[in-house]
Amino acid sequence: MAWANNVLRVNLTDGTTSNEPLNMEWARLYLGQRGLATKYLVEEIDARCDALSPDNKLIMTTGPLTGTMASTAGRYSVVTKSPLTGAVACSNSGGFIGAELKAAGYDMIIFEGKSPQPVYLYVENDKVDIVPADEIWGQSVWAADEWLHKKYQDPLLRIAAVGRAAEKGCLYAAIVNDLHRAAGRSGVGTVMASKNLKAVAVRGTKGVGNIKDPAGFMQAVNDGKQVLAENAVTGQGLPTYGTQVLMNVINEVGAMPTRNMREVQFEGASKISAEAMHEPRESDGKPNLVTNAGCFGCTIACGRISTIDRGHFSIENKPQYWGASGGLEYEAAWALGSDTGVDDMDALTYANFICNEDGIDPISFGATVAAAMELYQIGAITKEQTDGVELKFGSAEALTWATEVTCKGEGFGQELGMGSKRLCEKYGHPDLSMTVKGQEFPAYDPRGIQGMGLTYATSNRGACHLRSYTVSSEVMGVPVKTDPLETEGKPELVKAFQDATAIVDSSGLCVFTTFAWTLEDIAPQVAAACEGDWTPESMLEAGERIWNLEREFNLAAGLTAADDTLPKRLLTEPAQTGPAKGHVNRLHEMLPKYYEVRGWNKQGEPTDETRQRLSL
Amino acid sequence: MKLTLKLYAGLTDYLPPDAVDNKLVIEISEHITAYELIDRYSVPREMAHLVLLNGVYVNPEDRSKAVFNDGDTLAIWPPVAGG
Repeated sequence: MAWANNVLRVNLTDGTTSNEPLNMEWARLYLGQRGLATKYLVEEIDARCDALSPDNKLIMTTGPLTGTMASTAGRYSVVTKSPLTGAVACSNSGGFIGAELKAAGYDMIIFEGKSPQPVYLYVENDKVDIVPADEIWGQSVWAADEWLHKKYQDPLLRIAAVGRAAEKGCLYAAIVNDLHRAAGRSGVGTVMASKNLKAVAVRGTKGVGNIKDPAGFMQAVNDGKQVLAENAVTGQGLPTYGTQVLMNVINEVGAMPTRNMREVQFEGASKISAEAMHEPRESDGKPNLVTNAGCFGCTIACGRISTIDRGHFSIENKPQYWGASGGLEYEAAWALGSDTGVDDMDALTYANFICNEDGIDPISFGATVAAAMELYQIGAITKEQTDGVELKFGSAEALTWATEVTCKGEGFGQELGMGSKRLCEKYGHPDLSMTVKGQEFPAYDPRGIQGMGLTYATSNRGACHLRSYTVSSEVMGVPVKTDPLETEGKPELVKAFQDATAIVDSSGLCVFTTFAWTLEDIAPQVAAACEGDWTPESMLEAGERIWNLEREFNLAAGLTAADDTLPKRLLTEPAQTGPAKGHVNRLHEMLPKYYEVRGWNKQGEPTDETRQRLSL
Repeated sequence: MKLTLKLYAGLTDYLPPDAVDNKLVIEISEHITAYELIDRYSVPREMAHLVLLNGVYVNPEDRSKAVFNDGDTLAIWPPVAGG
């Protein structure tokens, strides 16, 4: 078996740690990572607890394939109850810390309680220390990372940390690992900071063993890598252009949320696109993009490493930002750019750098700034709140200012840190918040891609594209092309994507492999590594089980079918341009059928028959 | 009649030097097909994966038909994806 069969439990209240075997009965039902950690969370906390109280738990978890030689097997997740949504949170990250944690001998770390003072956790194989964090509390992620590396004099120490935004209570704070990878969504960093836990530093030298059938695993892994290499998306498109290649695509199909989703096409899209990242700058002749980058074991390497023009207003007097760092992904470029109306690539890259430096989710942040800009435009927010800053759509200066104050938790940044739902409620315009279950939308307007409306409305962690990426089918034609403006067949499509994604997220692999792989490619790798009956069919069923388990957590937390909806703007204000002109999202045509194909009753609750079928 | 042709991502190299922001406006006859345009710019047909006419997907079987009107925009990508 590829599991380490070892759970590290850290009681922060008492300052104690203990080890226990992994619950293998659950592992056979939920595989690992997202699914298995959610099972632990469901069993161990009261779903109605305050997410920022010591009663909540925070689980850092790997999948069985994490740390193995499988391609992209560097993934880890953070599972907890979200302070942003009140729903289950599961945020997935790449980089290297997941594989390091596995190599240190752990499947997961469960953090309980709350430390009486700031601490960090140091893990070196079997050696586990809870250490005072006085020197790094109040510092950014990057400062904490540098300090820890210097202290331990170990360049291979892998670190995940929270920044000042999390400490100040920003509700969409991320946990950043390896400087610019992040468990970004739903405020998992806020939960970590609420426990007075600043960082987790891991060094593992045991490697990952326990592969059930090493020769079979090597064969299955090599077969999978060949598929990725020969596929035009995973072999060429993603390494060369990254996810940012979608900027022009989604704008062309008229599904680019623009200026707080008032419009569906952004006139500045080409200036902040993947193609633009390759173009030499006028000032110094260098392109924004320096190189691509891969996470542990990845043979795709979609990551972006970028620089900012040193003469740009955002950094001209800040040499600490003159070097290369994590560049724009599509979601960040959209939220910081199109949604705020800013088409200044350097400003977006700077904002992205400091989202990483101090650990905030650029999607929720950008969308919250967009909401604030609309509130400013209608006069609900004035310069009195913004310290004199003109918070206008399209202002790069306003964007970079907003990023700085939010990351430091200063002044109006505290209000932006509440997220758009609370911000819009506070200023009397709740309808201007583009959220589901309190979480901000990603980069696909559901008026132009109907299936994404159902995806957002039913996502267990609030609006999220990664819970069911029907864009693959509706826009790119993978695995089959469907009409983005049709609703028929979308409930079945969304369910299929949700279930498949849930099990991929539970394996230790990256969901981006699924642009080339199906479960027919993944199941042989899991089956060769893990005990149990892992076939494409059984994996899909496990994915469905995980989806329903998350749903049950949310129902227990007090969410209802009434939360499976979209903002009024998307249901009543038609798109004004592009192929979707005249269309709203027709959620009402999809949701009842979705409940039916899920085996849920009209209240959106799994029926007894469904629960029994899935062994819930 | 006039048509705006856009080639993106790995197809950028097939654009002539006078293209700006991945696009150029060209004069076409009303009988030309998408595949004939794709051939004219030496784009391998198998690389013309995502073909959008005014933002709407053109099925492979329609790429051999004359479907253009004056002022249309044809945008083409190789296989791409993101997230």
